[in-house]
Amino acid sequence: MSVPVLLSAGGNLGGRGAGAGAGAGAGSPSGHTSPVTATPFLSLRGLSKRLGRTQALAGISLEAHADELLVVLGPTGAGKTTLLRTIAGLEQPDAGSISMAGRDVTTLDPAARDIALVFQNFSLYPRWTVRRNLEFPLRAPGRNLPEPEIQRRIGWAAELLKIARLLDREASRLSGGEMQRVAIGRAIVRRPRLFLMDEPLTNLDAKLREALRVELVELRRALKTPMVFVTHDQAEALSMADRIVVLSEGRVLQTGTPREIYERPVSPLVALQLGQPAINLLRVRRVGGNWVAADGTPLLPAEPSGPDERLLGVRPEDIRLRVLSDAPQNQPAAATTTAASNPIADASHPAVVRVVEYIGPTTTLLCDWAGGQVHVVIPRRGTVRPGDHIIPRIQAGRAILFDPSSESTAGSPHLPSTLPSPGGSP
Amino acid sequence: MSFLILDGLQKTYPDGTPAVRGIDLSIERGELIVLLGPSGCGKTTTLRMIAGLELATGGAIRMGGQDVTRLRPSRRDVGMVFQFYALYPHLTVRENIAFPLRAAGVPADQIRSRVDAVAARMELGRLLASYPKQLSGGDQQKISLALAIIRHPAVYLMDEPLGTLDADQRLAMRELIRAEQLASKVTTIYVTHDQEEAMSLADRIVVMEGGRIRQVGTPAEVYDHPADLFVAAFVGSPGMNFIPGELRPEGAGPPAFVSTEGQIAIELSRPRGDFERASPPSRPSQPGGASRVSRATLGIRCEHVHEDPDGSIAGQVLTEEYLGSASNVHVASELGRLVMRTDATTTRARGARVRLRLDPDQISVFDASTEQRL
Repeated sequence: MSVPVLLSAGGNLGGRGAGAGAGAGAGSPSGHTSPVTATPFLSLRGLSKRLGRTQALAGISLEAHADELLVVLGPTGAGKTTLLRTIAGLEQPDAGSISMAGRDVTTLDPAARDIALVFQNFSLYPRWTVRRNLEFPLRAPGRNLPEPEIQRRIGWAAELLKIARLLDREASRLSGGEMQRVAIGRAIVRRPRLFLMDEPLTNLDAKLREALRVELVELRRALKTPMVFVTHDQAEALSMADRIVVLSEGRVLQTGTPREIYERPVSPLVALQLGQPAINLLRVRRVGGNWVAADGTPLLPAEPSGPDERLLGVRPEDIRLRVLSDAPQNQPAAATTTAASNPIADASHPAVVRVVEYIGPTTTLLCDWAGGQVHVVIPRRGTVRPGDHIIPRIQAGRAILFDPSSESTAGSPHLPSTLPSPGGSP
Repeated sequence: MSFLILDGLQKTYPDGTPAVRGIDLSIERGELIVLLGPSGCGKTTTLRMIAGLELATGGAIRMGGQDVTRLRPSRRDVGMVFQFYALYPHLTVRENIAFPLRAAGVPADQIRSRVDAVAARMELGRLLASYPKQLSGGDQQKISLALAIIRHPAVYLMDEPLGTLDADQRLAMRELIRAEQLASKVTTIYVTHDQEEAMSLADRIVVMEGGRIRQVGTPAEVYDHPADLFVAAFVGSPGMNFIPGELRPEGAGPPAFVSTEGQIAIELSRPRGDFERASPPSRPSQPGGASRVSRATLGIRCEHVHEDPDGSIAGQVLTEEYLGSASNVHVASELGRLVMRTDATTTRARGARVRLRLDPDQISVFDASTEQRL
């Protein structure tokens, strides 16, 4: 096997074991704010692939940097898995090229690419012990690793992934979370040049997913190996990614940091893919100096010139509200600390609360408002109850105005100039 | 008397595996109760015993004053919604929804009007002529809910009904279930492993683990005042931060908690009497003094950890999880690893030094040996 180019970087892992791994922490270099380095490690150019009657990949170009976790986000059928399989060499593209570390690998055998794949279904040998499952890739013909090196790597991976006490257990007797840890272990002992992860957390409990999310990010950072991570879960994408590639029907809709994509989606379609509950989209017309909803509710002051119709996107947490009901404790239910709130809050167009969902630190409301249904997220538990009348206010500078014809396709965003710049991030 | 009563309910499988180890629960008419816990906690077995799909090996189930413990499922007046929608593929949506009524011999004109009423309420009208395979997963699951609703049962039993849906559909379905339940006021028992679902839907949550109930309470009670370490970790996303240490309730002032790591003293705002139940001292009392020092675990939710230049706890940023509307910042602090919830408007560099403050009114303290809340 070829010696992984990046192993110079991985060299600091071998001997010292988990200390270095967990040490995503205090000891790691500070000031490392941007994962983006000058040369891309993985580069895809115009990748296309037809599967039967489906154009699974329709000209995909993207780059992953040498020390980056790149998340590919998209719904089922977007082409995510085909993309991973093509990078791995399990599928041949119909057109386009793939290069790794400057070398064209488009026609290279999967084995020669030195890539490790982790799937959604923990593909372990159930009757084998954890140790034997981990050793297997290292004992592959042609690898010729000395026995002490094999044991050293297994000890290192086991400690890093907190599976040392499971080494002699049969794989079939592990819990889902333990199995997925072992599957990841089997990928990292090989010290590949690139990790490809195909929804590795999807089959796990919510609780476990949440824990493994952070563990994977810190593990990858310790290994300093690039990772392409495929998911349909927006929370995974936002929280794990250095950069996100939003995929739909085999095409790249947008690429950027999680913050860029969350705050400045290029189209309603992209905007809908990030955020839970999803962004509210309302058709608005220019009336007087305001953007007004179809039922006449004024929503936002309009800029003086430009098109007369827009699709207004506002995230549920960017709506503040005042309670109108005659409840005795008639305080504002939301923190109204911001001075820059939209001055338009029209008591003649109240919203009616339909559903109140209390979710720990925040409360989600579903309201009838502006001729449709709108989600509002307010901090903590307010005094809001179903049936209450409230006055929502869209926070100034937090709305996104789209071209109304762009509703279902990638279009150019019409961002208000007041949109806040992503504070401090690259 | 409560409408539905579980009295020492037990289930042990023939091979000796105990699934449910004695559950006592009283459910009021019209309540939406969520059984929450990890896989294997006994929540689904409990639901299936209420439905009559499993027979209890001990204890009793009373519904509306009647003992139904050994009654056949069809005689229990319950409507079930499962994780996997079980629709007849060769019947239209209308025929599927009508099926339970037809089987019960309801006259055709009544069936028609009842299906129309449910379809109108659930906004299914446009789907009535379709076949199941033409529908999205979310719409199929709506139909299975309609199937439960149309029968007007006394109780809805729902077993992870959102399990296979994607995030947007889950939210929509959750809201539909809540709105329907609020409107119909049918007593509902809902099983899930997803704490967010439980928090958002429940009138009361029953947290289960190892075949036993750990806590019963409103979402706010369970979230703010978890009964033990398990509940504190399981409920919330992420679960509570835990800091191991010792409780020193002696002295004139308020009792203090001293962390094992870093030996940092954290003042507790609650009176010392609150901690009298602390477990036996882990160190012998000083001769002549009445000091009680006991091992304890301090718990605090991430939204009650604040960045504060005057905070008493020093730390360094490990990882920032950006979530769009907020961020979870993982900090290697003097007390150990802590997660802090912040608004998403600013970013902290990895390795950045921060000072933290814990909101004293929001601190939970648990006995380290019994793991119970103090």
